[in-house]
Amino acid sequence: MTTSKQQITFNRRSFIKTTALASGGMLIGFNLFQACKEGVVPPVDISQLNFNDFNAFIKISDEGKVTIFSPNPEIGQGVKTSMPMLIAEELDVKWEDVYVEQGKLDTKNYTRQVAGGSQSIRFSWEPLRQTGATAKQMLINAAAIRWGVEASSCSAKQGVITNSNGDVLGYGDVVKEAALLEVPEKVILKKPEAFTIIGKGQSNVDIDKIITGKPLFGLDYKEEGMVYASILRPPAFGQKLESYDDTAARAMPGVLDVITIGEKLRQYKDNKKKSWTAQLVDSDKIVVIGKSTWDALKGVKAIKASWVTDSDLESTADHDRILFELLDGKKTFTTKRSDGDVKKAFDEADKVLERTYEAPFLPHNCMEPMNFFANVTAEKVHLVGPIQTPEETAKVVADLLERDLNQVEIEMTRMGGGFGRRLYSDFVLEAAEISNAIQKPVKMVSSREGDMTTGVYRPSVKYKIAASIKDGKVTGYHLKEACINGGMYNLIPNFFPAGAIANYQVDTVSYKSNITTGAWRAPYTNFLASAEQSFFDELAEALGVDRIKLHLDLLQNVKGTTDERIQYSPERLEGVIKLAVEKSNWGQPKAGVYKGFSVYYCHNTHVAEVAEVAMEDNMPVVKRVVCAVDCGIVVNPLGALNQVKGGVIDGVGHALYGDFSFKDGVPQFNNFNTYQLIRMAQTPEVEAYFVESDLAPTGLGEPTLPPVGAAVANAIYAATGNRVYKQPYLNNMKVEQNILG
Amino acid sequence: MPTFNLNINKKNYTVEADIDTPLLWVLRDKINLVGTKFGCGIGQCGACTVHVNGNAMRSCLLLVSQAESMDITTIEGLSEDGSHPVQEAWKEVDVPQCGYCQSGQIMTASAFLKQNSNPSKSQIRNAMHGNICRCASYNSIEKAVEVAAKKML
Repeated sequence: MTTSKQQITFNRRSFIKTTALASGGMLIGFNLFQACKEGVVPPVDISQLNFNDFNAFIKISDEGKVTIFSPNPEIGQGVKTSMPMLIAEELDVKWEDVYVEQGKLDTKNYTRQVAGGSQSIRFSWEPLRQTGATAKQMLINAAAIRWGVEASSCSAKQGVITNSNGDVLGYGDVVKEAALLEVPEKVILKKPEAFTIIGKGQSNVDIDKIITGKPLFGLDYKEEGMVYASILRPPAFGQKLESYDDTAARAMPGVLDVITIGEKLRQYKDNKKKSWTAQLVDSDKIVVIGKSTWDALKGVKAIKASWVTDSDLESTADHDRILFELLDGKKTFTTKRSDGDVKKAFDEADKVLERTYEAPFLPHNCMEPMNFFANVTAEKVHLVGPIQTPEETAKVVADLLERDLNQVEIEMTRMGGGFGRRLYSDFVLEAAEISNAIQKPVKMVSSREGDMTTGVYRPSVKYKIAASIKDGKVTGYHLKEACINGGMYNLIPNFFPAGAIANYQVDTVSYKSNITTGAWRAPYTNFLASAEQSFFDELAEALGVDRIKLHLDLLQNVKGTTDERIQYSPERLEGVIKLAVEKSNWGQPKAGVYKGFSVYYCHNTHVAEVAEVAMEDNMPVVKRVVCAVDCGIVVNPLGALNQVKGGVIDGVGHALYGDFSFKDGVPQFNNFNTYQLIRMAQTPEVEAYFVESDLAPTGLGEPTLPPVGAAVANAIYAATGNRVYKQPYLNNMKVEQNILG
Repeated sequence: MPTFNLNINKKNYTVEADIDTPLLWVLRDKINLVGTKFGCGIGQCGACTVHVNGNAMRSCLLLVSQAESMDITTIEGLSEDGSHPVQEAWKEVDVPQCGYCQSGQIMTASAFLKQNSNPSKSQIRNAMHGNICRCASYNSIEKAVEVAAKKML
């Protein structure tokens, strides 16, 4: 079960290091992510490291000022606030006295400076608190030596050390001595009830800069002598550059140069290098170098290029046909999990319910378009910008430019959204190749159109779900997935209802497309949850049982299971179901309000949601969503609330409006005038409730999004009597209405 | 390239730019006021919102040549120290997630509240409808506009 798998073992002594600063003060470092692994051998001789070799550390000045370096990239998920909170709690300082800085990438020693999968807090919960507690103990020890008393007679609170004689010293008073002391073998972590920072809502640490417009994001970064670049990429997937005429662009006063890139990427592939973060388009690209962003963007529009077809030019209609054929068994499925005998259960059934659910491609549409700064010189490759995977990206850039990894330096800026798009490094590689070619510091900026039409899309997917019913009970469950470019992640077949239905099978099949696809917020489950939780609504109806009762009854079957593969906790799912039922007044009818229920476990967090829909102008409008979450201890209630509400509204928006399609390889949407994102007036009010818990915290960036699609679909059914099977629900309902009426 | 005289945040700037350069890029690349954000370039997302003679406008659609002789305020000039009631409300409610769209949201909200100091919920929702927040912090934005309105009364 999940909870038992969360035990983190580490050898503290090997991974903590203090350094006395030349300017005074102390740094304490902690190799966070190596430390999460069991039996990890230090990569190098720890005693030879200086503080820069650690990716998470505390700096305390002689004046007692505390700087905490936040190791992981910040994409809006709040880790730049919540991770330092963990350190500050155990260090025992006033949060107001803490200054947070973004830590740089260290490619030598660390394995998970990543923003993705809602895992940052889960993995750092113990190690970051240990870091703070260790520093605190060393400060106490230094004070005890100064006073000539036992350390056990001293204590520290809020940056002040006291002893039983009533003497008082600040952290800054003893920091220099503390830095030279042995690192303690053992420290005791606070009990949750003693927390003064964790569990109290703390504002975003960048709030002052955000509200006054200070430079923070990749697009804001500048260096002396920097030029700007924008790129003309193939207009269709399956095309590549044949020739181009840059006369008009070169005649523009702001255009400095026009070049092509692509050579380095070809070499990279020829050298048999690859990385999951590098989504490579097999074409040269035309780059306009300008004096300003506008000059570069405008120059790109003046390029006349010819493209040739290199591989298939695919259309959404083709994908739909192919995925349906796959669901019907045109190609052999891969079975991801099989319990009991599904075939027998279906053969012996009184009744079989089978439904098909469909979802389109989706672009990420981060508000900050893809961009990166690169300065490639003989000495080093300096990269600055928004990237979720700095470590892997540094490796790819080193391979691309055939440089030593230690010459590649990446600084992470705050990111104007990620949602998975910035896990991929294509735009960093472009910037690096451009700077390498022109040997100047350069900022590559994508136009919105470039961003939306050369994406790494959530792949289009279809599910066929069937259940067998015998004597009024569910006896079998069979889910088939047909997806573009790869199927579901291996753990997912072990989510609910695995273990709850005796005869259970999950099969996947995929079609290889030349359209680049990848992770999109809550990868794999963002639509799977919609499909399954819509199906369960219909299944309950077919069984003639209450929707909530069906779930609670099925969960009973999983309690006490010895199946190690099962990923969710039935007790915790039960907990969120009950909380959502209570807070939404489920089962208590209200005139004009139609409710839909959904519950899901993913990214280690259990969530139940109830959506309320009203009918306006004959169309369903989502008015309110009640969301019950069990994510263990809530580290930062303010940030958590933002994540929950944002995830829910994002999920509602994409379920209702998110549509993306291709015709002959060309994306059919390229900016916000045609591609619809949810906006203020369409937004439901979200109420978030957290299950009280003293269990270790789990992530919140993703898990509230997947269930909401089904909550909305089920509420639409309650309001209209029509089941919706195809996202985006609202657009597809409108099409249907037009056809009918 | 021609030169233009601009009045931004009560300061005069002389900039050299192509005649069709949007004010957005003059602000960001030439004057180094990067608080005004690039989101879509076609006036659809509101990330680049500034005040022009007190009204909220999309700086990606306003050409530098049209911006001369106008009184322009960017997020950097909304207050000297982040103490505009809208900024304070944003802080109180802790609105931002990624934060990228927020200066545009704040500029739209502050221009709106100047014209309607006691707005209804639906007026707020309609006024803010043109600004996209991809993190979907809309509930918090709505609340912050309400808080700001109270502060401004």
